Amino acid sequence: MKYLAEFSDPVLAKKLVDQIHATVTKPWAMMEVCGGQTHTIVRHGIDQLLPDGVEMIHGPGCPVCVTPLEIIDKALEIASQPGVVFCSFGDMLRVPGSGRDLFRIKSEGGDVRVVYSPLDALRIAKENPDREVVFFGIGFETTAPPNAMTVYQARKQDIANFSLLVSHVRVPPAISAIMESPNCRVQAFLAAGHVCSVMGVSEYPPLAAKYQVPIVVTGFEPLDILAGILRTVTQLERGEHVVENAYRRAVTDEGNTAAQAMLSDVFETTDRAWRGIGMIPRSGWRLSERYRAYDAEYRFQVRDIDTEESKVCRSGEVLQGHIKPHECEAFGTLCTPRNPLGATMVSSEGACAAYYLYRRLQTPEVVSSVG
Amino acid sequence: MEIREEDGTRMGMVDFGGVLKDVCLAYLPDLEVGEYTIVHVGFALQRLDEESARQSLALYRQLGALEEEFGDHWGLAAQQAGERRPPGTEETMT
Repeated sequence: MKYLAEFSDPVLAKKLVDQIHATVTKPWAMMEVCGGQTHTIVRHGIDQLLPDGVEMIHGPGCPVCVTPLEIIDKALEIASQPGVVFCSFGDMLRVPGSGRDLFRIKSEGGDVRVVYSPLDALRIAKENPDREVVFFGIGFETTAPPNAMTVYQARKQDIANFSLLVSHVRVPPAISAIMESPNCRVQAFLAAGHVCSVMGVSEYPPLAAKYQVPIVVTGFEPLDILAGILRTVTQLERGEHVVENAYRRAVTDEGNTAAQAMLSDVFETTDRAWRGIGMIPRSGWRLSERYRAYDAEYRFQVRDIDTEESKVCRSGEVLQGHIKPHECEAFGTLCTPRNPLGATMVSSEGACAAYYLYRRLQTPEVVSSVG
Repeated sequence: MEIREEDGTRMGMVDFGGVLKDVCLAYLPDLEVGEYTIVHVGFALQRLDEESARQSLALYRQLGALEEEFGDHWGLAAQQAGERRPPGTEETMT
């Protein structure tokens, strides 16, 4: 596909790596926010090409990983109810709740369906007026506009048997939470390009100024990541902390204003718990008052529910960049993509899954010496 | 790619390198046939700007002017990490 091969060009990658080496004079730790970027970094060994002491810390930008256990348990509860068609993206089906997952519900006779788009769930609702169709609406600023549009369409077309179980999260409050964490080692951020495609870049300059960290909007191909790192270390070496856009082909300053308008119509900000991290103030979206009739939590009365986290899984520490995946005792033994204990091993964007896919045959010593 | 209205919503057929998908275009009301777009969960969220892509690549190419001076850090880094170079890079390094 056009511009995919070009942004993976090894000759240009080498030039960028050389330039990074020529720029760096001391150790730096920077966080790539998005799980998609983590996969590019681990898959192509980009972290291993960096100068000694320059560390990539993997961020919490995997929507499946940070969806709180409480919401998973609510999904399981709703999907078990008779007459319900529960629709979800495929990643969510194997995420463990307190003891079971959506696949288990499906195997026990629940009508759980994987869809490609939330509009598919709305179509299922139209075709099955005698069933309650629920869509599992999770994700960051990239997934929220599609889900917002789907609820808007349900209301506009008067499709009453559709509802959304919603647990959307926003990146900027997460950056604040990471910078205010007592163990924070992050000195700069590669911001998630696709989130910025929607939201633009206006939320970031106040964060860069407040925490004195460079924030570079970065894409997802190897050259995008390397260019983001180059701009970041250049700023760090100069003592600067501004927002730069290294993904101009997809990110404009203002973002997608049509999507932003729909978001502010359908959703309102709310405090949200992130799995493994905890409550982050104003970090989430929920349906606004005028769309409350489409909120599955109200429709199915699952607002109060007890949860139980795995005692072994350390995905919360992975999500906060405190440990690397292989430093968890369960990694690759008790916990594998086939039998995941935590969401970071389940999701295609999870850091544990990335390490399992691309690094598990290496000894931990080798990985940690460059990580 | 083709564009049409469905239930009052702008929809279009998008070619993902040979795989065709029906995509909602409501958030890009001025996207035209022949343009490139970022699609997420069945929605076009932003157009890809070819001119910016070309400028970025041109900028990276210019970095080569400094290459002789700084040597083969790619190979050095891979060596220090005890790693082979990533697949596909070996032949370009010699």
